[in-house]
Amino acid sequence: MSKISRRKLITTGIAATAGAAGLGVAARLAQKYGLVPPDHGGIYGLGETLTYASQRLLTRHSLAREFSRSQISDRPFPNEVETPSDEFKRLQSGRFADWRFSVNGMVARPASFSLDQLKSYPSHTQITMLQCEEGWSYIAEWIGVPLSHVLDVVGVLPQARYVVYFSIEPDTWESIDMADALHPQTFLTYGMNGGDLPVGHGGPLRLRLPRQVGYKNVKFLTHLTVTDSLKGFGKGLGGASPEGGYAWYAGI
Amino acid sequence: MWYHSRVSDSAYIAGGASALPAAVPTVIPTKTVTSRHSVLVRVTHWITTLCFFALLVSGAEIVISHPRFYWGETGNDLTPTLFKLPIPASRNLVPTGYKFTLPDANGWSRYLHFQAAWVVILTGLLYVISILFNGYLRNDLLPSKSDLSWRAVSTVISGHLRFHRPSEAEAWSYNVLQRLSYLFVIFVLFPLVIWTGLAMSPAFVSAVPAAVNLLGGQQSARTLHFFVSLALVLFLLVHIVMVWRAGFRSRMRAMITGTMITGTMIAGRATTLGEGTTASATMERT
Repeated sequence: MSKISRRKLITTGIAATAGAAGLGVAARLAQKYGLVPPDHGGIYGLGETLTYASQRLLTRHSLAREFSRSQISDRPFPNEVETPSDEFKRLQSGRFADWRFSVNGMVARPASFSLDQLKSYPSHTQITMLQCEEGWSYIAEWIGVPLSHVLDVVGVLPQARYVVYFSIEPDTWESIDMADALHPQTFLTYGMNGGDLPVGHGGPLRLRLPRQVGYKNVKFLTHLTVTDSLKGFGKGLGGASPEGGYAWYAGI
Repeated sequence: MWYHSRVSDSAYIAGGASALPAAVPTVIPTKTVTSRHSVLVRVTHWITTLCFFALLVSGAEIVISHPRFYWGETGNDLTPTLFKLPIPASRNLVPTGYKFTLPDANGWSRYLHFQAAWVVILTGLLYVISILFNGYLRNDLLPSKSDLSWRAVSTVISGHLRFHRPSEAEAWSYNVLQRLSYLFVIFVLFPLVIWTGLAMSPAFVSAVPAAVNLLGGQQSARTLHFFVSLALVLFLLVHIVMVWRAGFRSRMRAMITGTMITGTMIAGRATTLGEGTTASATMERT
């Protein structure tokens, strides 16, 4: 009996040490390769980190499914939007001619763009699905300029790790890693289904991120900051959603 | 092998025959402690139980935010449904017919759902890989050829229909219906619920589009996920009823401590040998 216990004790000890060392190494590597999300703390940190790390490894370059024109939804659901602020109404009455989208942070040439300037860049379209975390969805044609194009214009510095983006609505901001920021389907979207992007769907400017669910697709975009750390923004969790209890990474 | 049910060395006999007066029938209460479930089976069983409830509660919470179901790729508040659940929603734009909205709980529900999914998937992988190699799958889960005959299956079914208590032999080994149910849950329902779940992830299907295309679309995947979850809940209910009928305390003991206290095998022999045999015993059900 005691012989078995001793052998068991030794093997269990070795296994536990190897396991702990393995976890330590895994954590180091995950940190190094940017596989740890900003909301990794707390009781749901384990699941959140596993989801983000595995999906980032699996989907770094994969493209969201694109659909045929015939699959575009007749009735895209715009969801609820806050009553527009006076500032928004003023810009809307001027047909958004004065709307500005500014980019700063870790960039060589900080800049502020009008909608016309954004529209002067090569326009791209995608027919992709917008999925809400609640469970509903629709397919639309989205027209815009890939965010990567604008990031090239301003010259992102090599140490950049995230982009943080802000809506004209108060307390509405999110962030994504550079894999998503530079992804070819991440659009600064100004058009939908052949026309201007309706206000209900986030017009005049919305970040379109088809590989993540709706709440990361921020409406009424006014500002973007390139950064190497999310610590200086709000509570450091990387967005209004994680501060409100929703996951930072929303690819699922 | 270590995972087999066996009479352990710690079997003991309570009471002494010599102490009994000759007039009293020499029935000796005997308790036999036997091992039933391995550590692997017990630990994975209870981790799975915990995750199952976490997934069920958080899944129900997520459904409450949009209790409408569709078929195909898309569906929303403006489109026709496949069916609706007659419950209020946690979002005020969902046309439910109720005049009130429940509180939003999707934040923690989604966090908990995916975390529990990770834990149960890793636990399930450990379980499946282990039983493939340690013989448990072959010996304890796969039915033998003779058990798969209609006669054998109908015996088990008619026993259930007559509300027979399970025989003591079934405390030691699963009958053919149990084996088929467990195999169906492990190798059909669990893989299906994981597949239909992943098919709803926009990032996952960007890498593996076939996962959703084969199911007929993202909303089809969501609807199927709901029905497979219902099937798993149905299994859970039947499982609990069966455990109750077989003897809740003894089965819980077996799944917690790994041992059973039983002795019917000796008692069965006692009935054939009749009273007065030293080996005879009455069993205490524990």
